[in-house]
Amino acid sequence: MTIKSEPFVVNVGPQHPSTHGVFRLRLTLDGEKIIDADMVMGYLHRSMEKLAEERTYTQNIPFTDRTDYVASMTGNLAYVMAVEKLMGIEVPERAQFLRTIMAELQRIASHSMALGIFANDCGAWQTPVMHMFRDREKILDLFEMACGARLTLNYMRIGGVSRDIPDEWIPQAQKLMEDLPKRFAEYEDLLLHNEIIVARARGVGVLTPEQAMAHSVSGPMLRGSGVAWDVRKADPYAAYDKIDFDIAVGTNGDVYDRFVVRLAEMRQSLHIIEQALEVMPGGPVHERLGTATVQPGGQSIAPLAFRPPVGEAYARIESPRGELGYYIVSDGGPSPFRFHIRAPSFINLTPLKLMAIGATVADAIVILGSVDFVVGEVDR
Amino acid sequence: MPILLRGEWYDLRDLANPVRELIDGLGLVSEVDYVLWSLIASLAILTWLVLSVLAFIWIERRVVARMQNRKGPNRVGPAGLLQPVADALKLLLKEAITTRGADRLLFWLGPVIIFIPTIVVFAVVPFGESMVLADLNVGVLFMIAVAGIMTPAVFLAGWSSNNKYAMLAAMRTIAMLISYEIIQVLALLAAVIFIGSMNLQTIVSWQDEYNTWLIFIMPLALVAYLVAGAVEINRSPMDISEAESELAAGYHTEYGGIKFGFFYQAEYLAGFAIAASATTLFFGGWTLWGLEEWIPGWLIFLGKLYAVFFVYIWSRGTLPRLRIDQLMTFAWKFMLPLMILNVLLVAAEVVIWEETGASRNVALPAIGAVNAALAAVLVIGWARFLGHGSGRGRGYSATLTREVGKIYYTGAEAS
Amino acid sequence: MTTHVTGIEIAHLIDGQFPDAVQDAQPEFAAVKPESLVQVLTWLRDDSDQAYEFLSSLTGVDRIQWFEVAYHLESIKHNRAATIKVRAGDRENPVVPSAVPVWPGAQLQEREAYDLLGIVFEGNPDLRRIFLWDGFAGFPLRKDYLNLPGGQMPGLERFPGEPGVELSGRGTE
Repeated sequence: MTIKSEPFVVNVGPQHPSTHGVFRLRLTLDGEKIIDADMVMGYLHRSMEKLAEERTYTQNIPFTDRTDYVASMTGNLAYVMAVEKLMGIEVPERAQFLRTIMAELQRIASHSMALGIFANDCGAWQTPVMHMFRDREKILDLFEMACGARLTLNYMRIGGVSRDIPDEWIPQAQKLMEDLPKRFAEYEDLLLHNEIIVARARGVGVLTPEQAMAHSVSGPMLRGSGVAWDVRKADPYAAYDKIDFDIAVGTNGDVYDRFVVRLAEMRQSLHIIEQALEVMPGGPVHERLGTATVQPGGQSIAPLAFRPPVGEAYARIESPRGELGYYIVSDGGPSPFRFHIRAPSFINLTPLKLMAIGATVADAIVILGSVDFVVGEVDR
Repeated sequence: MPILLRGEWYDLRDLANPVRELIDGLGLVSEVDYVLWSLIASLAILTWLVLSVLAFIWIERRVVARMQNRKGPNRVGPAGLLQPVADALKLLLKEAITTRGADRLLFWLGPVIIFIPTIVVFAVVPFGESMVLADLNVGVLFMIAVAGIMTPAVFLAGWSSNNKYAMLAAMRTIAMLISYEIIQVLALLAAVIFIGSMNLQTIVSWQDEYNTWLIFIMPLALVAYLVAGAVEINRSPMDISEAESELAAGYHTEYGGIKFGFFYQAEYLAGFAIAASATTLFFGGWTLWGLEEWIPGWLIFLGKLYAVFFVYIWSRGTLPRLRIDQLMTFAWKFMLPLMILNVLLVAAEVVIWEETGASRNVALPAIGAVNAALAAVLVIGWARFLGHGSGRGRGYSATLTREVGKIYYTGAEAS
Repeated sequence: MTTHVTGIEIAHLIDGQFPDAVQDAQPEFAAVKPESLVQVLTWLRDDSDQAYEFLSSLTGVDRIQWFEVAYHLESIKHNRAATIKVRAGDRENPVVPSAVPVWPGAQLQEREAYDLLGIVFEGNPDLRRIFLWDGFAGFPLRKDYLNLPGGQMPGLERFPGEPGVELSGRGTE
């Protein structure tokens, strides 16, 4: 006997605890099984690409904080790199190292949050999130010391960084670097080998490397599928070419692999920061641009406005979520002619339907958690 | 000293004594006396339940906060003690909303129906030597039967609120509760067969007489009972019918105000009911190896009850959630065969004990040892048979590499 | 280190394979004619010497005279990057062939370009608005979206606070 069943449409979101913001997933279900999935986005669309055409290059830096508000540093970095590429600016060595350190700290903070929220999506009621927020808070304290802000940092400048770190910053960072490995060991112990997490995550949402590459998936998702592709290694920017680190890859392309890749990357980030703190040279942190004003201490600050030459530049970096690219077209005016963000959160959602069909509702939530998207970056 | 106290109005080992003294002083006819007596006892149980729920809301929030590096509620009253009161007041004062398209009668009935069985269960629970409201000779059966009313109540709530999350959660709950009720019943059946009575008071006095608790004789049944209980009261890792990361708030998504309060309280009450029956059946109830002569039995009982309930708080703060199919697989493929074997085993042991007529000092340790050993063998063997190795072997770390562009995918999981 | 293949180089390679397909070649990019776009992209993906299996970014630009779509390609196998462009001259109804059959990863990005710039990707199986709601009037990233008086374009002409003329939009002079 066959049981006749009717499809059943469930809207997960826009107001839902597991959509990580205002994002809507329209699931068509047959019982608990997903037979169709559709994404509805745009609830947080702030038309940044249009707004940026009305502002000068320096004024646009704060927008890059607010796309991926969980990882502002990397947003800043990708944008200033694109403008520097457009203008052909060489950045001083110390600034390069500072950028590297900040980007890696940001990666630890962002992955902490991603892993905690992922565990939350698996049903661990808030406990992993709270423990991981503890680490994140410490990193945000470091950011606050360096630039005065905790979330929307606005630290990078075209030609360098906004200011040098204070003297007490390095000892505090080193202390954190000593504390964190113990915590990571704890997370690995409690989460990586947790029977329930393994049961929930292994074999769910599988992407083969061919599918992952064809769907333009990047970051931990691509590496989880076993493709050793990391822009930091493939196309070193900032000071990554002077630093020794490994790419973490998975072997099965499932949710669990994305999870282990993020955990391993946090350890690699620690490794990078430790090395960078050791070999960071002195010197200026900002390249003097044409109209830059010089402060009394001899430090130059970035000019509010300048005119890059006519042309275009595409710079991409490895943000915690994947390949974050900025495509800037200049017509020689003081504001960008076209300002486009290649947002990893947005593009990593492309194969969501592929992963979700055939899975259950509970799996869909876990898959969504493993993509680790930030709605601010999806919608921009 | 306890001998001097026995039966006097100041003998607080039995809270009935002072009340009995008072009511006897009134000199009523026996019918009125009976009604008054029942009312006072019911009211006492109800008061205790409400106070316990308020206390445990606070305890749970503080304890879980401690597990999560937080402080928990600490603003309302000393150490946040009045937080549950403030919450209750807030829930009472909120507007009662019924969603459009909801079946108004059933929507209203849901929280009411779910509330009743969770209280009624306590009628048969022995709090002390003679502190039991209704000393039924089918107490265990009564408990199971009454707790079964929760299932339709949850479905009623989920169905009537015209919400898809609630509907999904209701369907999950029905599937889950029916599966785990079988396990619950089988676990209790083993205990009942062994003791030979369904009367909860008899079960407690049996454990007192034989100086052992059933946990030492049948640990597997206790574990199964607690797991099934976790399903019934929606505690992680079995909180699938609430699953706040998947289904918002599960079957009570659309409930607000005091209707939600009823569900919230019913969840705690059901938890206490599970803990109470586990305490009575497996932990010797109000007895503590003779100490009940000195310490009031109801205090011992409450201590044990709260300790059992604490396990649920603990699991909530630490464990992720299973998926519905994994939970059902666990029930039908893993727990059910084990519990059937357990019942058969216990029945065989009872028969053998009676046939051989061994003394209790020989028989009980032997049975306990056999049961514990077999439980361990069965659990491990059956898990291996179903293809579950140890958890540590199944987790792994990422591969580290420096070769950009190389593909490490093996696809072992896809097959 | 990623080899950034210049537009001139990639244009020569394409020209060798598909004569008459290249429209323009600059150091930054090579522009391909719309009618041979899918052929060229498929060849770039499948040819083992090129192997651009990863579409990093797809985006549209309103160049006022024409619309263009830029494809930033990456080859993970060879660690190489190149930029291909295609132009759509018709301002009213710009049409470009879809890259979804070549890279499914273009799906959401094409929807974004359609939503904000109004570029129609022919062959995209699911071309709907993505950020804005259905029925939104116009395409906001187009330079003429605001309909400023006198054919002005949005965007700064001068620095804020730069002396001389007061601030005005592009294209006033």
